[in-house]
Amino acid sequence: MALIEIEKLSLSIGRVPILKSIDLTIGAGETMGLVGESGSGKSMTALTLMRLLPDAARATGRVTFDGIDILAAPEAAMCRLRGNDIGMVFQEPMTALNPVKTIGEQVAEGIRWHTGANRADAEASARRMLERVGLPEAKFPLTRYPHQLSGGQRQRVVIAIACALKPKLLVADEPTTALDVVLQKQILDLLRGLVAEDRMGLLLISHDLAVVTDMADRITVMRHGEVMEEGETAQTLSAQVHPYTRQLAEASMHVPARPNRHAAQAGGDNLLEVDAVVRDYPGRRRALFAPAEKFRAVDHVSFSMKPGQSVALVGRSGCGKSTLARMILALDRPTGGDIRFLGASLTSKSEAELKPYRRNMQVVFQDPYGSFNPRHKVERLVAEPLHLLDSQPSPAERREMVAEALHEVGLRAPDMDKYPHEFSGGQRQRISIARAIITRPKLVVADEPVSALDVSIRAQVLDLFAELNQKLGVAYLFITHDLTVARAITDEVMVMHDGRIVETGRTDAVLDDPQSEAARDLVAAAPDLKRAIRRRLHEQG
Amino acid sequence: MIPFLARRLLTGLATLLLASVVVFAVLEILPGDPALLMLGMNASPEALATLREQLGLNDPVMVRYVSWILGLLTGDFGRSFTYSSPVIDLIAERAVVSLPLAVISLLLSTAIAIPVGIFAAARRGKAADTLSMGAAQVGVAVPNFWFALILVYIFAVWLQLVPAGGFPGWKAGLWPGLKALILPSVALALPQAAILARVTRSAMLEVLGEDYIRTARAKGMPRRHVLWRHALRNAMIPVLTILGLQFAFLLAGTIIIENVFYLPGLGRLVFQAITQRDLIVVEGVVMLLVASVIFVNIVVDICYALVDPRLRSNA
Repeated sequence: MALIEIEKLSLSIGRVPILKSIDLTIGAGETMGLVGESGSGKSMTALTLMRLLPDAARATGRVTFDGIDILAAPEAAMCRLRGNDIGMVFQEPMTALNPVKTIGEQVAEGIRWHTGANRADAEASARRMLERVGLPEAKFPLTRYPHQLSGGQRQRVVIAIACALKPKLLVADEPTTALDVVLQKQILDLLRGLVAEDRMGLLLISHDLAVVTDMADRITVMRHGEVMEEGETAQTLSAQVHPYTRQLAEASMHVPARPNRHAAQAGGDNLLEVDAVVRDYPGRRRALFAPAEKFRAVDHVSFSMKPGQSVALVGRSGCGKSTLARMILALDRPTGGDIRFLGASLTSKSEAELKPYRRNMQVVFQDPYGSFNPRHKVERLVAEPLHLLDSQPSPAERREMVAEALHEVGLRAPDMDKYPHEFSGGQRQRISIARAIITRPKLVVADEPVSALDVSIRAQVLDLFAELNQKLGVAYLFITHDLTVARAITDEVMVMHDGRIVETGRTDAVLDDPQSEAARDLVAAAPDLKRAIRRRLHEQG
Repeated sequence: MIPFLARRLLTGLATLLLASVVVFAVLEILPGDPALLMLGMNASPEALATLREQLGLNDPVMVRYVSWILGLLTGDFGRSFTYSSPVIDLIAERAVVSLPLAVISLLLSTAIAIPVGIFAAARRGKAADTLSMGAAQVGVAVPNFWFALILVYIFAVWLQLVPAGGFPGWKAGLWPGLKALILPSVALALPQAAILARVTRSAMLEVLGEDYIRTARAKGMPRRHVLWRHALRNAMIPVLTILGLQFAFLLAGTIIIENVFYLPGLGRLVFQAITQRDLIVVEGVVMLLVASVIFVNIVVDICYALVDPRLRSNA
């Protein structure tokens, strides 16, 4: 008998239908991958299993877990089930733990609640569980608080909470999306190990086909609240019978066309020169009057970029890549070293002197929604950088320039009278690209510009970046931990590790044959759909 | 924790010093000659000059400031012109009324507000929420002296359970003293409780939407357990902030209630001192209030650190 059986599950919140007649089964010890783009109903399916839905949600159909009717069970029965027979791991490790309770309390709490163990016994089991998830006592005593741990370590604590009582089913909702690729691999390996050892069923939810292929025995593809296709992972993805599955697979491996990609590199002056740049931050104080210890975020970094060149800056989270980008954009001043842009040093210039340089360098951020003032219309948002021009355009000229920029990113001129919330995530990222190119800059710094987007939208936005590079000759500095993005759109790559650049070279050369340890780690950890399918098929013979 | 405390105490002292300069300077600038006020309009110029000399009013400003500060440090707040007794005695006499009044009101309002706020948050949108927040709205809107009058009418005039006003002094015994403070503290506590309940409710609602609440529920914790064990402590930061502000207000801002109930508290002392230009008393009381506000803030900061471990290391 299957561990969990979902039959004809439909769900609506208010009048909005979220799930439409979902069928899904997971056997004991089996890993089921649930993929789909945002809004496809993956998370709601998971929350239905836990019955942790929003109050306004109404579900119909049947959900049976180990013979228990989940939709009809009384709340007390669900409390006995949650955390005991079904564990759940969430996407955002930074906020998933209670900041005012120690990790020991948080792991032991569920154990005490379900087993009635006394504090000492529960803490002993919590200790054993934390050891299993790779948090040894010497460095991570039970008395640690969440804020003293990094994102990857916090996710390990969340996994320890979920697996402490050896549940029959583990639900992991995008457990690695917020982590860099190296941490992602570590967490996935940990999950794989725990699932195998305790023979847990695993429902792994992800938007990343490569991750799911790597992990799951079977896969369910969802779209708009419906199941598109369900089947054995490697076969489903290699056959690609369903058009939507094919579309997803193609989008995740998409490489935009850039015919004259190396044209930019021929000779000429450097657009940007970064020379031995250092950035120190004051660290924690040890004593009342002792000087604070310094933390060196960027450590003697030097490189240069030609006009029109597309360069990737890759590295794990916390390696200093965003700090470096902020200094290049003159949003932060280096502690030492020099940054020259268009032949002039930026480091000692006043804000007024920087103005002509600022209009030649613009930025695109990861979260398009967070970088817009929600109360401004698109026209005002996109026109924002125009104050950097020497002569201010008239209102009519301004509207014309905004219309042109919107046109270039594939939006329509009437869109300028709308507010950001009226657009989808991909469209919002187009708006922020329009804002970045309206002053015709020579350099655009893009900080993880597509990592918040679904694969098909990501492919479109990457195409747009490539097209603008070809058409306008704008140079890109792409900051990312996603090697697929680096490979798709950049000519050169720089690998950053602990504040230093440890490797540079042609993108394909570095990614195919990494020399430094940091680069090798990144490449080895990066999920790769083709490789994953090949491995699965190979394993099956 | 120790460096945190040391740093906090040092900044507290610095603030106090700064406040003393401001208080001294303001009263220096204000018009009015204390010697003239003490002796009356018909005083002879000679007598005025002698008194000025006696009071040290002819000394340079710095000298007077330093001697004032040194006096404060040794508990010598100077002598009141109008009461012709040491300011410190006047303050002590009034503080034994004001301090218990403030503490009782604070305890009362906390005891009412926090459970109501939690209850309303747990039943968001239901009748209990609407009802209690409606009551809180009324509590915020109605001034405390109005409550005071109604309370006097019901409990003192009609039921005759407690006195309508006045304070017998603690010498008359603990119970008669407390009895005189019951109505004023209720009147003070109600509007404070109304504000605090609303703050508690919104802080709880915000916390209940956090990811870690979902994590706790996914552990199998029942809703009620999550509310008390996970949400409450996280919601305490804004509640503590308001509590600190309210306590500071209760120490000195109770003048209206003191008048309604004829209580000899600090509020009335300060009010009378100001109208009579008894600047030494004003200076003393203001400095004492500044010191107690700083002290309350330090206590609130310590409470923050106790509640939230993130504030312990780098506060």
